[in-house]
Amino acid sequence: MLDSAPSIYLRIENLWKNFGDFTALREISLDVIEGEFLCFLGPSGCGKTTLLRAIAGLDLQTTGKVEQAGQDVSNFPPAERDFGIVFQSYALFPNLTIEKNISYGLENAKRSKSEIKARVAELLELVGLPDQGKKYPAQLSGGQQQRIALARAIATKPGLLLLDEPLSALDAKVRIFLRHEVKELQRKLGITTVMVTHDQEEALSMADRIVVMNHGTIEQVGTPLEIYRDPASLFVADFIGAMNQMVAEATESQITIGNIKLHCDNMGLTGRVVATIRPEDVLPVEVAGENTLEATIDSMEFLGSFYRAELSNSEMGKAEISADFSINAVRRLGLEVGASLLVQLPADRLKTFPEAS
Amino acid sequence: MQGPKVKAKLGRDDWAQRSFMLVIGLYLIIALALPLYAMLSKAFTTYHFDLSQYEVQVSDENGAFGDTLTLSNHNMLATPSVVEDLSTNTNGRLGVTQFFPDFSFRSPVNYRFRGVTPDAVYLIGSERNKGPDWVELDSNTFRRIVLRPNSERGLANFKTYFSTPALFQSVQNSLLIAVIVTVITVSLAFWFAYALARSKMRYKGVFRMIAMMPILVPSLLPGIALLYLFSPRQGMLKALMFDHDINGPIGIVIGSVFFTFPHAMIIISTALSISDARLFEASESLKASRWRTFWTVTIPGARYGLFSAAFVVFNLVITDFGLPKVIGGNFNMLAVDIFKQVIGQQNFEMGAVVSMVLLVPALLAFGIDRRMQKKQVALLTARSVVFEPKPNKRMDWFFFAYSSLVAIFIAGIIAVCQFAALIKQWPYNLSLSLKNYDFSRMDGGGWGSYTNSLLLAIFTAIIGTVVVFLGAYMVEKTRGFEKGRALFQALAMLPMAIPGMVLGIAYIFFFNNPANPLNFIYGTMIILVVSTVTHFYTVSHLTAVTALKQMDTEFESVSQSLKQPFYKLFWRVTVPVSLPAILSISIYLFVNAMTTVSAVVFLYSTDTALASVAVLNMNDAGDIAPAAAMGMMIFYTNAGARILHALLSKGILARSNAWRQTG
Repeated sequence: MLDSAPSIYLRIENLWKNFGDFTALREISLDVIEGEFLCFLGPSGCGKTTLLRAIAGLDLQTTGKVEQAGQDVSNFPPAERDFGIVFQSYALFPNLTIEKNISYGLENAKRSKSEIKARVAELLELVGLPDQGKKYPAQLSGGQQQRIALARAIATKPGLLLLDEPLSALDAKVRIFLRHEVKELQRKLGITTVMVTHDQEEALSMADRIVVMNHGTIEQVGTPLEIYRDPASLFVADFIGAMNQMVAEATESQITIGNIKLHCDNMGLTGRVVATIRPEDVLPVEVAGENTLEATIDSMEFLGSFYRAELSNSEMGKAEISADFSINAVRRLGLEVGASLLVQLPADRLKTFPEAS
Repeated sequence: MQGPKVKAKLGRDDWAQRSFMLVIGLYLIIALALPLYAMLSKAFTTYHFDLSQYEVQVSDENGAFGDTLTLSNHNMLATPSVVEDLSTNTNGRLGVTQFFPDFSFRSPVNYRFRGVTPDAVYLIGSERNKGPDWVELDSNTFRRIVLRPNSERGLANFKTYFSTPALFQSVQNSLLIAVIVTVITVSLAFWFAYALARSKMRYKGVFRMIAMMPILVPSLLPGIALLYLFSPRQGMLKALMFDHDINGPIGIVIGSVFFTFPHAMIIISTALSISDARLFEASESLKASRWRTFWTVTIPGARYGLFSAAFVVFNLVITDFGLPKVIGGNFNMLAVDIFKQVIGQQNFEMGAVVSMVLLVPALLAFGIDRRMQKKQVALLTARSVVFEPKPNKRMDWFFFAYSSLVAIFIAGIIAVCQFAALIKQWPYNLSLSLKNYDFSRMDGGGWGSYTNSLLLAIFTAIIGTVVVFLGAYMVEKTRGFEKGRALFQALAMLPMAIPGMVLGIAYIFFFNNPANPLNFIYGTMIILVVSTVTHFYTVSHLTAVTALKQMDTEFESVSQSLKQPFYKLFWRVTVPVSLPAILSISIYLFVNAMTTVSAVVFLYSTDTALASVAVLNMNDAGDIAPAAAMGMMIFYTNAGARILHALLSKGILARSNAWRQTG
């Protein structure tokens, strides 16, 4: 049997956080699997950092339970828990050298000096900065500092690694590079990791599973692909990736947008709904079939690897549909502003959600 | 549904940090809150003799006792009343023989005496008696009976205060002087700070240094210089006074402008230096005149600084004791009244009442200033571009001339003191000599008082810095414990609102009480250190808090996650990173301990006489030249300490150059 029952490393049960009358976290329950890379994703103020800090014991939850490695640590001070943490600000000690920063948590009676030295060298190697040990943090670039912060956090081999928006303060290029590095390192060490981010690309590219949060509650937990392909709520659909939203009238088997009737696999809702489809799922086709409609290109925007076109159809009323067309398709079909074309909205890609209240 | 509330389990660090905070909080309660409470209750306490509490019987010469007389009836029957005024103070004693005009201690008459209630206390000699048992005494013993006053709570002291014009006049005097000085100092300091920030005049560094000199001397020193310059009999420039007396409001105003100038200048300089250069560029590009730019950009940008400076100056003047004591003449000010009531008349209750009256404007000014400072900080956090003045020959010369005049005034006052200290005998013998520095020949404690001051300054700087920084660290970095931290913060802010004279008198009430287990520190160096640290606590605390706030709040989180105790982080990171602030706090405490007069003037003893108080006392005794010499000793010491501080700071900055922010 191969991992039939993944072991749970961190369990959060019915956790709430109140600040006076304001509820920052509401009824959070979550299992984190041993060795996985989990991302808390959500807009600012959604409670993701509050949840991370509760896990760390830095700001205790008001009620609820946190269980780590089978032990109830709900009310433990941070020093009695087992985690390493990296912050957006790096929080490197400015007056200590890189070596001293990394060895900060290693210094105790049990470890000999040579042992510590060897471990520091190993860690510097691991984060790819082997010859920077004698420098001070201010002498390193932001990306380098963040790697040192990471080395310091994992120096004592904690069971849990917490990352609080670790890449947000970096330049776009460094950020993308480090995404890969951090993920690689995590995989190599097999350390259970929880990262907080507001950047969906970061979450999608790094996480094994994503926890999408909004207004202090969990909207959806799933793999990046699940979250992207099958958003559980309109919020998730809207927050992650681009998404067309059209007010529609739904019956058992079809939806009506304006005067256009479309089949939709994902039913269950009737009445007024919001129908969604991702721009890349809108397909240019040459022959009419199921769910095809005639549309006019109102505008086109070149976004590097593809064009995003705004389509309209008088039958649809005011609704506009964004569609992504590859450069090849644009050339092949001779698409340009003002041109008409036939597009298909595949029934299995159309989703409906209750209208947001 | 929410489950049960999670109660934090406290780790070792939490306990240690809370204990530290508790200890320092306790210090503040003992050194501040309790003494103030003692003063408060004193102000509302009145003492009077209750004659209805005592009864007496008098025998004839054969020993047969007559009717029982109550002292109150006896007093009323006598015409006119034997004892008219029955109100007194704590130390009041009333001999009973006054009620018997024909009393003779040789008479064979015997007396019986008793209290009416079990609580009625009286003394026979020094022996304390009470209660309703008759005590029979011969006349020689009877004359040794004295009554103790009863205490009552009430507003009677305040009624007396406000119905005594001589006392009440001081309120008006103090307010008037404080307002006049505030207007003059803030105006002078504004243009001086403006010249430093906005012109290209030369020798800015020298001007700035001279402007800071008054901080290094006691506030009463300009008084001595003014006496030398304008005293009606021998003043060097007495002709300039046109028969006005420098002793009085004129002297107080000039001297106050001198000692408050640097405080206003620093605040306004800060306000001007944070103005955004882009606003000036915008104004210039809109072709606004210099005058218009001044009124629409400069003044609004600096307005909080100006208000703040005004309230600080107002507070300094209204609470200052040394200067009006030296040069006030018969012009009464509140702070001097406290001294006169307590030291001169031993009327502690009235001293407490004047203290309460003085607290009102001081608290008001403090409160308003705090609000202004907060708004100023809000302006400061906005990202602005530093203003770089452009040369303008005419303006630069104008500002140079103006700043020179101010500098001459300030340096002149110090120079006059130095001159006075070195001249053998003004105005008769102008040869130079050091005899005025031979303090052993004068009252005031001699050189011992200087050594005491130096010791006080060193102790205050060391102990004060440790206490203040630890307190600030605990209040900033302790996990949870919000209520305790808020209370601590409030306690730490309180000293700034309490005038030194008020603190001093509060200490008398609290520590000079034999029932207080801490009574033993009264009259020692300890109480001087405690009072000085407490008096200057707030500014030091704010400096420490500002430095700590600039540090990444996640240092603690990281250190905890790495399971390191808080004191390791404190020693290895917090203290080294905050070293410049720590040095600033210690030099601030040192300089103030050297110059302060107000709190310690009530608390020093013959063994712990202080230099600053010696200046006061020698001046009182007419030894003005030695007073000036002692004042100059304080100046040299503080200047030396300042230079040492500058060198140390420079050394530390150089050593930490590698890691301090390069960008």
